[in-house]
Amino acid sequence: MTAELVRGQNHPLSQARLEIRVSAGAPVVAAATLGDEQGRINGVEGVAHPGAPTLPGLEVSRQAAAEHRLAVDLDAMPDTVHRVSVLLALPADGAGGFGALATPFVAVTGLDGTEIASYTITGLQAESAVVALELYRRQGAWKVRAIGQGYAGGLADLLTDQGLAQAHQLAAGINEAVAQAVARSVPAPPPRTDGDRSRQAAAPALGPDQGGQASQGAAGAVPPTSPYTTQNPGGPGQPRAQSPYQDGAGDPTQPVTSAPGGPIDYSHPRRRTTAPPPPPTAPPAQPGQPTRPVAGDATGWSMEERLYNQVWGMFEDLARAAAAYRSAVDFADSRMEKELDQVLSDPRSRIGGQGDAAREAAQAKHDQLVNQARVTLDRDVAQLTAESEVVDPALPPPYASWDSPVWQGYRVPMELPMAVRLGDLHLPESPDLRIPMLIRLPLERGLWIDSGRGGSLDGSFTDSHDMRRLAMETAVAHAARLLAVYPAGEFTVHVIDPAGAGAQSLAPLVRTGVLAAPPAVGAAGVSEVLARLTQRVDLVQMALRGGAPDSLPPGFDTSQQLLIVNDFPHGFDDRAVNQLRYLADEGPAVGVHLMMVADREEATGYGPLLDPLWRALLRLTPVPDDHLADPWVGHAWTYEPPVVPSGSQVLQQVLGHVAAARTGY
Amino acid sequence: MTKGQAISLQKSDGGSLTAVRMGLGWQAAPRRGLFGSRTREIDLDASAVLFADKQPVDVVFFRHLVSDDGSVRHTGDNLVGGVGQGGDDEAILVDLARIPVHIDQIVFTVNSFTGQTFQEVQNAFCRLVDETNGQELARYTLAGGGAYTAQIMAKVHRTGSGWTMTALGTPANGRTFQDLMPAILPHL
Repeated sequence: MTAELVRGQNHPLSQARLEIRVSAGAPVVAAATLGDEQGRINGVEGVAHPGAPTLPGLEVSRQAAAEHRLAVDLDAMPDTVHRVSVLLALPADGAGGFGALATPFVAVTGLDGTEIASYTITGLQAESAVVALELYRRQGAWKVRAIGQGYAGGLADLLTDQGLAQAHQLAAGINEAVAQAVARSVPAPPPRTDGDRSRQAAAPALGPDQGGQASQGAAGAVPPTSPYTTQNPGGPGQPRAQSPYQDGAGDPTQPVTSAPGGPIDYSHPRRRTTAPPPPPTAPPAQPGQPTRPVAGDATGWSMEERLYNQVWGMFEDLARAAAAYRSAVDFADSRMEKELDQVLSDPRSRIGGQGDAAREAAQAKHDQLVNQARVTLDRDVAQLTAESEVVDPALPPPYASWDSPVWQGYRVPMELPMAVRLGDLHLPESPDLRIPMLIRLPLERGLWIDSGRGGSLDGSFTDSHDMRRLAMETAVAHAARLLAVYPAGEFTVHVIDPAGAGAQSLAPLVRTGVLAAPPAVGAAGVSEVLARLTQRVDLVQMALRGGAPDSLPPGFDTSQQLLIVNDFPHGFDDRAVNQLRYLADEGPAVGVHLMMVADREEATGYGPLLDPLWRALLRLTPVPDDHLADPWVGHAWTYEPPVVPSGSQVLQQVLGHVAAARTGY
Repeated sequence: MTKGQAISLQKSDGGSLTAVRMGLGWQAAPRRGLFGSRTREIDLDASAVLFADKQPVDVVFFRHLVSDDGSVRHTGDNLVGGVGQGGDDEAILVDLARIPVHIDQIVFTVNSFTGQTFQEVQNAFCRLVDETNGQELARYTLAGGGAYTAQIMAKVHRTGSGWTMTALGTPANGRTFQDLMPAILPHL
């Protein structure tokens, strides 16, 4: 367990081989001094620094870096050494002192990375050098103590204080060595301005380490004074990969996992949290150029799943972006209102132009905030639009709109898709950015195509006759899509059309012969179909509850069933209504779904009895309507039904394929 | 980082911080024998309150895990704490670049939902981390921090074009962030 040390606190060290990890907000120089019993350094040989990184039992990094790992082997220390001080210093040009940076953090860890003790060096201000920790010998055992002693005069003062006569020369030498190491290193890539900027920006801090990486590794392997030369590289119990030389702060795939928090690593093991350093000649992205969106840029096992997740990701992003915009505008409105109220209630403002000026100022503040919010929203919408332009053509038939060219190459699928597109969604802020509304299959709830509501969103009046026809056509388009995306024979559509009012709209389904039976007409037809489906639900439920789904009668049609009910409640008696409710409640669990084409007003004769039925169904409209809410913020989204382009034969062609596959099946 | 100290979240290379994480970790209460269910578990909660012009606009806590605009996300409620090894048991991620323009301050708080004071909690800490590289920006040890049930950790606020973080570290008492509102307001 980690001991979090406070200044002056000490902690016993049970291991001799240690690593000291340093993390600071900016590149710092790490050094160490070996002191005798009085804590004095015996000449420059007693200091490990970037110019002379290796001492017996001790090695430091050759350059300044934001993250350091110092290797320490206490057993390899000469007997005269009683104290090892770990120092941090800002490079010569790093003016301002530690107070201007994030608090440095040092941790003593074992070779396996477990923290033994850690110390956050707080309270530094103008100091540019600090003694962070001290490892010291006490009655034969080593201990660590948190020091945190800063020196405003930098390394020179620090070393002088430790009794080194040549402190100033050495401090100058260290700065020289650091400057040389910087000159050798790979230049930092230009910061990118897109969303990945933060990840990219992590690289420059590591950049200085790249150049010294090889030499540092070599230094660890070659000089006989290295603390690890006594160790057999392939020795048992000492996995080579744990060696600090290979695990150094400069390793571009590793640095983030060495966060000072502890052993838990939240990052995905294969996801790179920092971008690999780009070749210096070719920067990865032009500044100001956002990364190009790619279709399928989401998680998933298959392209289909990735696209599904991507579309839902875009849906959420747009919902969130609009929420940010709307809350900013609301805030601006309420602030302006408050300020105007203040102006009005202040009697002084009525004299002269003061009131007008205040009013204008309030208006200007309001406009500025709204404009800022609009700019942010426009940026987000532009990004999503670009993504949508890439994603849309890549969508497979179940996700594609009817005007997509993928329907031309339509083949009856072999497998059930993940989801199906039931329409498009958009927000008033971005009417041109349409998000496909993808619903998982098999359906969890039935659909209700609302044939009520005379007025559509754009104000054009649609009379009730047209509305019913449109509703039925929408229902047919949904049914055709469902038929098309299910494998042959695994989806059966029944139609109840008591008055025969939907015959014209149903023609594509009837003509191609994809229906299980011709649409049922009249009261007798209604009760016959309902009875059949009710019986089926009973049967399957019994089999499932009895744990014997295999014992269904031979030849039993196991496909999913969809019942389209046109013109409800015409032709329905009380008994039929009850059966319908039963189907709505129990059907989805056993693969029987309802698609009601109905006007709720007309069904009010049944009273509140049917309210649960409407609630159980997903309401869709034949004309654009803003009634659907997203699951995150609850915006009202405008739903647009899928429209088959007028004059297009795509529906007939697709249904023809389905019918052909069915007979072949 | 010490109390009251402010650090700019501009990086030394000129780029500014884009994502910070407020992490909270503590050690679960030890179980006592067979009647383990009788030991009181310790539930600390991290919250972030978003302010626009000193008005609370949105809050991210265990019952509202994502701010409406999606820029602040809570990783989920932990009711009992961890093994005390230093990892974060709860975390709030803030995507500074995506915060709506009118939000100018975000205050981070820690509350003891089960009512134990920080004296009774083992190995509790909270810290602010640069999410992009794991760099720790500030760290408080809560254990032994006194007879308080809450702490107002820090605030991140807009300055010029970037963001600045100020460590507050003010102790307070309360079960959820709502109880802390009177204590937060003076810091805005």
